[in-house]
Amino acid sequence: MYNQEKCKFSKTHEWAFVEGDTAVCGISDHAQHEISDIVFVELPKVGAKVEAGKSCAVIESVKSAADFYAPLSGEVIQVNENLNGNPALINQAPHGDGWIFKIKISNAKEEENLLSFDAYKATL
Amino acid sequence: MEQNLQKTSLYEACVKAGGKMVDFHGWLLPVQFESIIAEHNAVRSSAGMFDVSHMGQIIFKGPDAYKFLQYVATNNFKVETGRGAYSHIVNENGGVIDDIIAFCINEQEFFVVVNSATCQKDYAWFKEKAKNFKVEVSNVSAKYSMLALQGPKVLDILGELDKDIKNLKRFYIKKATMFGGEVLITRTGYTGEDGVEIMGSADTINKLFAWGLTHNIKPCGLGARDLLRLESGYLLSGNDMDETKTPYEASCGWVVKLNKEDFIGKAALAKQKETGVSQVWSGFILTQPGIAREGCKIYQNDKEIGYLTSATFSPVYKAICAGYAPSNLAEGSEVEIEVRGRKIKAKKIKMPFYQDKI
Repeated sequence: MYNQEKCKFSKTHEWAFVEGDTAVCGISDHAQHEISDIVFVELPKVGAKVEAGKSCAVIESVKSAADFYAPLSGEVIQVNENLNGNPALINQAPHGDGWIFKIKISNAKEEENLLSFDAYKATL
Repeated sequence: MEQNLQKTSLYEACVKAGGKMVDFHGWLLPVQFESIIAEHNAVRSSAGMFDVSHMGQIIFKGPDAYKFLQYVATNNFKVETGRGAYSHIVNENGGVIDDIIAFCINEQEFFVVVNSATCQKDYAWFKEKAKNFKVEVSNVSAKYSMLALQGPKVLDILGELDKDIKNLKRFYIKKATMFGGEVLITRTGYTGEDGVEIMGSADTINKLFAWGLTHNIKPCGLGARDLLRLESGYLLSGNDMDETKTPYEASCGWVVKLNKEDFIGKAALAKQKETGVSQVWSGFILTQPGIAREGCKIYQNDKEIGYLTSATFSPVYKAICAGYAPSNLAEGSEVEIEVRGRKIKAKKIKMPFYQDKI
């Protein structure tokens, strides 16, 4: 759904799928694999302002909690409510039904700080 | 970093089986293979195996072996070949040094299984206390690799290697031969399921692990082990209790036998039994979404009343927690647990979360 080759990645394993002035955000396949068995996601609220590089959600596995750092700054306009009932969607489809939230981008220039899929892959 | 960490003899086999290796108190051990939840489910419904070679084995040998065990342990052991029991080892103040399982090999020899992180400390403690006894204390941990095989189908599966395995009673030990090597089998575990723990040479235990992989015994890691033991209400020594806690505070008063002969810590424990304890290890379940973790504080009516020593996510019971809270806090009481600055509602429950099937 959010083809990873068209996504931009942060070094902290989040992706942003940019369309116009909005971006859908999630975590990479590598990250979901590392975290394993995702059992709870603490989502931001719609309307919340998120800042690139700052923690704005928490992804929990059986063993530990991992911060989700916003890949881009903006205002949350939609969250993936399905994760409340089925957080494992992130494991099953990190670039599909496991998306986390959608933002209205506040600073388009920040996209330059993110990595292409190939550049991200090279960091792993 | 890795070169400073110890590896068990099953290290290579665990890596090959897909184990994700982590530092656990100086040992490189698998935290998980396929998935903690899948491994948890395998042990509850079928069969799983855990590399527990890091655990320690200490032998008490000599004419006073039994007398010495009775002196250093809070529980009341029996001189009966093969019979074992769980116990705490406490200091003079009744503070818990470790928990152990000791088995009677014969009236002059007891085989003691201790935790890995506390093994050196236990050994030094035993050596010091043994001075006035005719007993030789030896740490034989390096000699043994150890595999815990747990789950309702484990004994049926292992019947192929030892047809008498089901006759071994709960908490007993026996010698047997597997793959041509001598092993010690104990009907014990840390999961709340039936099963055995098998100790033997590196070669024999590696053969057993490889055999298990081809006989529907799922390799499991520390993550599943921690989840299974917490569901079953088992304490993790060094984590849920240490020398600042007594067995009574750890909700484990049944291991203290005040009516047996003198033992280290008896006077202090007898006094505490009379006066009672203000805080006890208690179980909680979150009633709102979230997962609490070790170290989180417990509140009631905005007043801090305790803290968690263990907490995780159970696929069956959801967010389960255990920690120290007032002993007069009634079951069903509503409390709040602070998770990353946010207070989440929880209620006190009667431990264990999972009633074992043994």
